[in-house]
Amino acid sequence: MSSPQYDLAIIGAGPAGMAAAHEARNVGLSVVVIDEQDNPGGQIYRDVEHVALKRAHDLDVLGADYKYGYGLVDGMRAGEVDYLSGHTVWQIEADGIVWCTDGSKAKQVTAKRVLLATGAMERPVPVPGWTLPGVMTAGAAQILMKSAGMVPSGPIAICGSGPLLLLIADQLVRAGAEIAVIAETTSFADYLRAAPKLAQALLGMEYLQKGIAMRRRIKAAGVKIVSGISGLRINGDEMATGVTFKKGGREQAVAAGTVLLHEGVVPNTQATRQLRLDHLWHETQHYWYPKTGLHGTTALESIYLAGDGTGIYGARAAEVSGRLTALQIALSLGRIDDGEFAFKAGPWLSEHKHHCAVRPLLDALFQPPAEILNPPEDHTIVCRCEEITAGDVRKAGKLGAPGPNQLKAFLRAGMGPCQGRMCGLTVTEILAAVHGKSPADIGAYRIRPPLKPLSLAELADMEVPDGDATLASPSSGP
Amino acid sequence: MLKRRHSDAAVVQISIDGEAVEARDGESVAAAVLAYAGEATRTTPVSGAPRAPYCLMGVCFECLMEIDGVPNRQACMIRVSDGMSIRRQQGARALEGDA
Repeated sequence: MSSPQYDLAIIGAGPAGMAAAHEARNVGLSVVVIDEQDNPGGQIYRDVEHVALKRAHDLDVLGADYKYGYGLVDGMRAGEVDYLSGHTVWQIEADGIVWCTDGSKAKQVTAKRVLLATGAMERPVPVPGWTLPGVMTAGAAQILMKSAGMVPSGPIAICGSGPLLLLIADQLVRAGAEIAVIAETTSFADYLRAAPKLAQALLGMEYLQKGIAMRRRIKAAGVKIVSGISGLRINGDEMATGVTFKKGGREQAVAAGTVLLHEGVVPNTQATRQLRLDHLWHETQHYWYPKTGLHGTTALESIYLAGDGTGIYGARAAEVSGRLTALQIALSLGRIDDGEFAFKAGPWLSEHKHHCAVRPLLDALFQPPAEILNPPEDHTIVCRCEEITAGDVRKAGKLGAPGPNQLKAFLRAGMGPCQGRMCGLTVTEILAAVHGKSPADIGAYRIRPPLKPLSLAELADMEVPDGDATLASPSSGP
Repeated sequence: MLKRRHSDAAVVQISIDGEAVEARDGESVAAAVLAYAGEATRTTPVSGAPRAPYCLMGVCFECLMEIDGVPNRQACMIRVSDGMSIRRQQGARALEGDA
């Protein structure tokens, strides 16, 4: 490879990516940020620049924690990084080559270090009827508020659990949307189980106060909240018409044209899997996270990770981890020495600890229910792309499919357009239950390039840096 | 199914399945089609079941549409622009030359 174009290529412009870019520029690294979105912000601060500057009415709805992201965008912009917006990464190589496309032609970016700040996604919520039009994730409804100033026009049922569920309900109330019900899978037993974590969480007191205030505002707006529900299903044939759930042994039905599902967020591991990094299983929150060393280092010398893609700790912790990882990268390149690292990293280390303090409580309180992880009803669709049901997966498991990769040969599960993003966790959980093993032993889908589809025309028009004939074809990895 | 809270953003002229539609600057194609159609935005290649965007952040691939002649684009990742032509995809595609 000819000499890399940049010291650092950052993938993703959410809180971790933006903060890392800012910090890296401050210590003199050359930085490119490759972002699938059109504007910096990631999902949490999506379109915050537009909203902060031009859409005051939406800023009021979305709140101060969202507005905070504008400072990060501003910091990244001021650092004069090369910002490749609207660029989808489709392969990353261990030696620092990143292959991406702007939608019309593929290109290659080379860097001494690559920082993956690819964030999180909402956990898929496979319940009967979840593929019906009218059903989307709670985060999707929030994206509509952030990027389009849109809200659902009829009654909404919000179902599931987690801090984001409450935040989005609070925002929808302020936006004037009609919430028919908030049906929480969180029960009194979850509160009891989480109670021992409360003392540590008090160190992050402002998180607890915000949560309590949100719940109070939602109740004050007259929204019906039902806690400790189970057996959730979505009604309707061609469109969602409402939800049915059980509470205290009694079934309730609520009419709603829009159903928002949410059971927390999980790291998006497509890119780290494609790099063949080791992944670990989070026993409480039931997700995979890539194994990292100190400040985002990995088993690969050129590859670093930061933010919620390494485990769910929230936006503020992600931002700080981006800064620490950028400093670690500068140290590894010899651009700062140990003394400068310690001086700059010190304050961030204590801030990181502060923002992580509440997490054990949240992880224990908002555990995804067993019936979401391993859908008990055979007809529930698990793989949305190939329309494979929980019953199909169980049957293939009993026929001998030992893990997710063998399952592909039986069912094509995970082989549709989403490449297993929507069914991966569920398939692992179902097979773990069938074989009486832990998900950690069952494993996950092997992820191969391209990480996202690209057309042959985009590939054929690829820009290759001058004087390097060896780069005509990306290697597909082991 | 969706409504715009305010109408001060600039109007963008697009077409959806040949019909002239007004969208707003900054909206994704998926949001504009959902606001217009309020129902299924495609039917699946496997069973023909109706579907609509689920995640709106580029991971679920439920919002696939034909945009300016290119099929299977993630409509949630592309913003509307003047003159854009959008077609909803119904079922599996026919091979070229099929009747």
